[in-house]
Amino acid sequence: MNTADQYLKAIYLAQRIEDGPASTGTLADLLEVSPASVNEMIGKLEDRGLVDHEKYKGASLTDEGLGRAHDALQTYCIIERFLANVLEVEEYQDEARALESVIDDTVAERLDTIIDRPGECPDCFDPERDACERLEVGDGCAD
Amino acid sequence: MSLGQRVSSDHQLARLLQIGVVLEEVVESRAAHHLDSLPPEERAAIDEEVRELLEEAADESADHRERLEALIDDLEADTVAYEEINALVDAQYGPPEDTDGVLYDQLANEETAYKFYDDLIDAIEASESEFAIDRERLLETLYEIREEEKDGVEEVTEIMEHRA
Repeated sequence: MNTADQYLKAIYLAQRIEDGPASTGTLADLLEVSPASVNEMIGKLEDRGLVDHEKYKGASLTDEGLGRAHDALQTYCIIERFLANVLEVEEYQDEARALESVIDDTVAERLDTIIDRPGECPDCFDPERDACERLEVGDGCAD
Repeated sequence: MSLGQRVSSDHQLARLLQIGVVLEEVVESRAAHHLDSLPPEERAAIDEEVRELLEEAADESADHRERLEALIDDLEADTVAYEEINALVDAQYGPPEDTDGVLYDQLANEETAYKFYDDLIDAIEASESEFAIDRERLLETLYEIREEEKDGVEEVTEIMEHRA
């Protein structure tokens, strides 16, 4: 997943957490980068028509940005579910965050052929838990 | 969240190689499932070229898996057994409608594997971390596997083109 998609996913989650535009501070916390880096990237995403930004309020996804954020979150859900249920990784959220930049969506699609994911994914993603609310850990097959 | 594409620890490297093994197991299992899923009359009608392609793909994946497993062993990590991935493929498997569907799936397998190794190589090259295994040996293995996946993409594409 590339950096732009990671930002779009973070804005989507921040908008859900804050029930409104995503603030720079929340995005900087989610992405573990500086507020200056967030502002720079928000500007680029705005230029590409993926984000609307209002000064002092925050960033909101455009329809196009929302579609991409949705796809990116789905890819992330696949990675988490694969780690939790196939490789039986206990710290699957931390590891998914560390791996998402290296796992392309086409690779995630292949991994998706061996996991059982709810049809409404990624709407069932819980931003507070940083995981799908329906994900049960340890019901996979790995030793 | 980790921005920037690089592998920074043995643990992360082992995890990515484990994912590579699973991808190879998925290829191997799906190729076997494709051959088994067709009704006997269609199985007989699958021409020799496609049958050979699937058999070669399964053999090649098994070989790649062994080479990745050797690296993972040296990182003192485990892998998921083929039988377990085969059971997961079995649980979710929907057979393609016809031989063209089989070829499209095989193309997706090869392209995905190529993309995975390409990204993994980039992420290792972008990192200055020292790993518990020799970096040159690691990259050499991954370059070879990536090259074979590229050949695989070309082989499937050629078969698809002259069947069209």
